[in-house]
Amino acid sequence: MAWTRNEIAARAARELEDGFYVNLGIGIPTLVANYIPAGMDVTLQSENGMLGLGPFPLESEVDADLINAGKQTITELDRTSYFSSADSFGMIRGGKIDLSVLGAMEVAENGDLANWMVPGKMVKGPGGAMDLVAGVKKIIVVMDHTSKDGTPKFRKSCTLPLTGANVVDMLITDIAIFKRPSRTEPFELIELAPGVTAEQVRELTEAHYVEKIAA
Amino acid sequence: MAKKVFDDAVSALEGFLFDGMIIAAGGFGLCGIPETLITAIQSSGVKGLTIVSNNAGVDDFGLGKLLTTRQVAKMVSSYVGENKEFARQYLAGELEIEFNPQGTLAERLRAGGAGIPGFYTRTAVGTGLAEGKETKEFDGETYVLERGIVADLAIVKAWKADPYGNLVYRKTARNFNPMVAACGRVTVAEAEEIVGVGEIDGDAVHTPSIFVTRLILATENEKRIEQRTIRQEAA
Repeated sequence: MAWTRNEIAARAARELEDGFYVNLGIGIPTLVANYIPAGMDVTLQSENGMLGLGPFPLESEVDADLINAGKQTITELDRTSYFSSADSFGMIRGGKIDLSVLGAMEVAENGDLANWMVPGKMVKGPGGAMDLVAGVKKIIVVMDHTSKDGTPKFRKSCTLPLTGANVVDMLITDIAIFKRPSRTEPFELIELAPGVTAEQVRELTEAHYVEKIAA
Repeated sequence: MAKKVFDDAVSALEGFLFDGMIIAAGGFGLCGIPETLITAIQSSGVKGLTIVSNNAGVDDFGLGKLLTTRQVAKMVSSYVGENKEFARQYLAGELEIEFNPQGTLAERLRAGGAGIPGFYTRTAVGTGLAEGKETKEFDGETYVLERGIVADLAIVKAWKADPYGNLVYRKTARNFNPMVAACGRVTVAEAEEIVGVGEIDGDAVHTPSIFVTRLILATENEKRIEQRTIRQEAA
């Protein structure tokens, strides 16, 4: 049985480490914040210029000057700092952020990521995604394993315009998890959702990968 | 003291507007946008504008106002997803868009304001946004050349200002405003509050007065929220 959005987010949260500075993308990645293990010191960064994101506000706490990169109202913590967009992307491009979790339309077996445009449709723009994948130390992608019509999204090469070339370190889908030891090595299948078989994953995947499921 | 504080947005923009100009605007989404100055630019009727701003507002608010009146020829932005009129004009070929990665846009503005005509970044290497741009290897990595941006006019929103034009921003309303303020050949700032001389601690100034040509008290401070997201009080 496939993992739910919350289960995917919870699994991604297991990659967090004490002391990490983390940037979470919009959608399922935002849910990762709900699964930070108790007692673990993780600081969330938002690329619009904030380090130390708190939970969503109570109705009485809503502040128009205090939003996250998804333009959602947010709160601050005792550790929070604010800075300009240039400083924010200095942190990102400068390799200070330990981990980013992002959504995707396609991932390729060489680590290429496509998540910002579909030619012929209205293009919304890359936002900060290209900067994040260029600068953050570790990139985890969370996405459905196939598109709604069943087309594999983990592919030999991306068909959509790239967000970054060779930038993905780990891929968590609704049925399987792939990870690679380095950006010069192939992805390894390391986990399956409950009830999903390695054979089913093979059928739904176009990318080449190595099966490393513990027996 | 040079007179920087003007009575209203129209007088503060007097002599600064011309058709086909480049205007850089501070703000992220609808947060920290110069609402008062945008309205005055709309009323002026100036057209053929190139607007440099991370986002394009929404249909009836923020920079979306200038799209509604067809005053914009080109947007230089990182994300424009919240604006239906924008989509319509773009798909009809009436509006040009130059997408920049958000961090590249911030750095282009910073560089332009700091007298740096170009810089190399790893962002977007290997993607369509780097196509046609010069690249260079540094320590075995490929970087792409991006240009600094100098705007004919920069408009920003501050939380507090003093009569010299020193600016303080509040929380995430700071965003692009400091780089935008610096990148203008002339810069007009609007502030929610103009305090007396000496009332802003010099250590707390985010944009020093040298970057501000003219200043007004903001009369539009709607500060519309795009995604009001709240949690319930624990029972």
